[in-house]
Amino acid sequence: MMYYSRLKLASVLAVCFLGVLLCLPNALRQPAPTVPWRQIHLGLDLRGGSYLLMQVDMNSVTADRLRTLADGTRQALLGAGLGYRDVATDAHAGTVTFTPRSPSETEADLKALRAMPMAVPNEFAVAQRPDGSIAVTLSPEAMRLRATDAVTQSIEIVRRRIDATGAVDPEITRQGDDRIVVELPGISDPERVKHLLGTTAKMTFHMVQDSALGSAAPGPGVSLLPMMNAPDQKLPVADHVDVDGSDLTNASAAIDQQTGEWAVDFTFDSIGARAFAATTQANVGRRFAIVLDNKVVQAPVIRSAITGGNGQISGGFTAQSATDLALLLRAGALPAPLSVIEQRTIGPSLGADSIRAGMISLGVGFALVIVFMALFYGRFGWYANVALLANLVLMVAILSLFQATLTLPGMAGMLLTLGMAVDANILINERIREEIARGRTPLAAMQAGFERATSTILDSNATALLAHIMLFAFGTGPVQNFALTIMIGIVTTLFTTLLLSRMLMVRWYARTRPTVLPV
Amino acid sequence: MFSRPLLRFVPNGTKINFMRGRFMGLATSAVLSIASVILFLHPGLTLGLDFRGGIVVEVRTQGPADFGQVRAALATQHVEAAGVQSFGAPDDVLIRLDAPPASSADHEARTQALVDSVRHAVATLPGAQVLRADAVGASVSAELFRDGMLALGISLLMILGYIWFRFEWEFAVSAVITLILDLTKTVGFLVITHFEFDLVMVAAILTILGYSTNDKVVVYDRVRENLRKYRTMPLAELIDLSINETLSRTLGTSTTVFLAALPLALFGASLSSFAWVMLFGIVVGTSSSIFIAAPILLLLGEKRLRRDSRPPR
Repeated sequence: MMYYSRLKLASVLAVCFLGVLLCLPNALRQPAPTVPWRQIHLGLDLRGGSYLLMQVDMNSVTADRLRTLADGTRQALLGAGLGYRDVATDAHAGTVTFTPRSPSETEADLKALRAMPMAVPNEFAVAQRPDGSIAVTLSPEAMRLRATDAVTQSIEIVRRRIDATGAVDPEITRQGDDRIVVELPGISDPERVKHLLGTTAKMTFHMVQDSALGSAAPGPGVSLLPMMNAPDQKLPVADHVDVDGSDLTNASAAIDQQTGEWAVDFTFDSIGARAFAATTQANVGRRFAIVLDNKVVQAPVIRSAITGGNGQISGGFTAQSATDLALLLRAGALPAPLSVIEQRTIGPSLGADSIRAGMISLGVGFALVIVFMALFYGRFGWYANVALLANLVLMVAILSLFQATLTLPGMAGMLLTLGMAVDANILINERIREEIARGRTPLAAMQAGFERATSTILDSNATALLAHIMLFAFGTGPVQNFALTIMIGIVTTLFTTLLLSRMLMVRWYARTRPTVLPV
Repeated sequence: MFSRPLLRFVPNGTKINFMRGRFMGLATSAVLSIASVILFLHPGLTLGLDFRGGIVVEVRTQGPADFGQVRAALATQHVEAAGVQSFGAPDDVLIRLDAPPASSADHEARTQALVDSVRHAVATLPGAQVLRADAVGASVSAELFRDGMLALGISLLMILGYIWFRFEWEFAVSAVITLILDLTKTVGFLVITHFEFDLVMVAAILTILGYSTNDKVVVYDRVRENLRKYRTMPLAELIDLSINETLSRTLGTSTTVFLAALPLALFGASLSSFAWVMLFGIVVGTSSSIFIAAPILLLLGEKRLRRDSRPPR
């Protein structure tokens, strides 16, 4: 307890030195690209920027899957020459149900449906129900898999879209099962980004059912979709997707040579080009609809087969909306609609104000504690102050090492850590004072002080740690950052008080062998 | 200053009879806590954006803010503000909007779209800039509130468990009762000051709880030590002795934490209300260690703790 080996001394000093080194990148410029250079990131509240919390619409993932499953069911039955009626989907149960044309066809129906291709093993089950109808049921595992895929895919698409806007250092992370956090430093007006992310940009090509034109109930497999420019007008469009907009290789905004209006030119990849050629060839004279997010952009008549794999969409675009749509088509469609459910934006001037406020508070708080310790605890107080400085350095070092983010609450966490850190020194000093008052020798008093205080120090830090673990677990953003800095601070406090300041005291004692302690 | 300390809080060997005033202390605490609970019920806490949901936009205008002009600009965008008020500097305006009722189908989308309307309105004011614009949807605010309360509740349970594990149940129970009393007073303080109750305030309260527990642990630690040392001393006297012995430390640590939080309250910008609550909590937590936690321990442990310092478990 009262002896520290050279090795221990050297290693404690080495840690402190390493701490100083790790802090340097925050103050200096990186000398060469090969030098590892890790520094603290400033949080959005200090740097200015936008935070968007987005919700992936999981219901639409299910609904989408069921629609394609229903479509696949129809195609499979028609392909096998079988009839059906009353096709219905139940999103809650994840089923597509229909009634066979006649009970005698049930076996053939089951056989045809079980032969449908599956994306994953046991994706769905086909069974006859007591009332004679047949149900195709998606397995919960397959749905869960699809949902996770949808979020992963969404993150990828969101990343592509944001990269295309030229944002610097965007952070895109998953939160929970169905949420995405987008952090955009430096962007203080996220309106355009919100618009870009809020658009699904799912483009598909369908045939228009001209036979159902004007009827209110267009019949099975056909939906009434509004026109993009005139939401009151509705067009009956087949549910079946002839060509998918995801089979695009390029899209760009351009001016239509004939009309002089803004339009979006696109190029299909080989799969898309082949499907587009086949569809247009088979349907010359009919109308096809270009559908974007369930709205008909345009429904031109097919004059001849289009085999080049190129196309153009026009429909009252402005320069901005054509550019944005081209960007969205290039980045790909979101697998499900995204909606913003929380946004926080900090302007650059407020961020600068907060940094200043945080630094002043940190500086003044640190100075006050140092003066207090010097006045009330003398020499041992100064040792505590040395430990306090080391504590600050080590906290910054650890945050830099992990390239952690520092927010204003994080700075408050540092400050409170500094206030609490000297508690250990105070405990030790008060104990030594008591032991001296009981008539112990300086050596015995210091020994007793260290010994008795250690368990108290551990106990008190453990309870503080518990509270902040909870805060970290349940908090979000800035509050988590506060809890994180305090948790790091508790670790550095234990190191600097139990090792560093104690060592300084012991070495001073060993050097001078005082008869009276400065307490 | 560089060798011997210049100042002392309390002289060595104080013998203040804290336990004689225990009923006084408990009664004062009870009155304050009951008053706080009444304040909590009416008028109640001012919920912050995190928990209430809605929109807050902070704007810095050119020259002193003209609220009429701000309201007029909002009106052109068909935005009805729940509040347009000043905060901090005279050229700073805070615009507060309530979230659309959660019963409407597209309330989340409308909440988020409102921010853009406010921005458009601000853009029409010459020289005005948006300092901060936050919008929290109803589902998020409900979740944040639930998580905040869970963090508080579980922390209390964990502190109870920890002290129970390290000490005896009397210590744990009196600590948690005291913490709950501290908590109610902090809530009362929030109601009186109109500080907004949000996640940052939950962080402040949890920090106070952690700090206050720490303070109690130190006193309890000494009580436990003295229980072993003085096997025949009456509990009241023993607790008094323990408090006196640790008094200098209690005051010392409270002062350093207080000093650390003080500049944050004075200069801490958006964290200043957080820091004021911390300062309040430090004072309450320190005094409750002496005047509340110790008397409750005395009431709970008068028979049990004294009969045998290490009862079989």
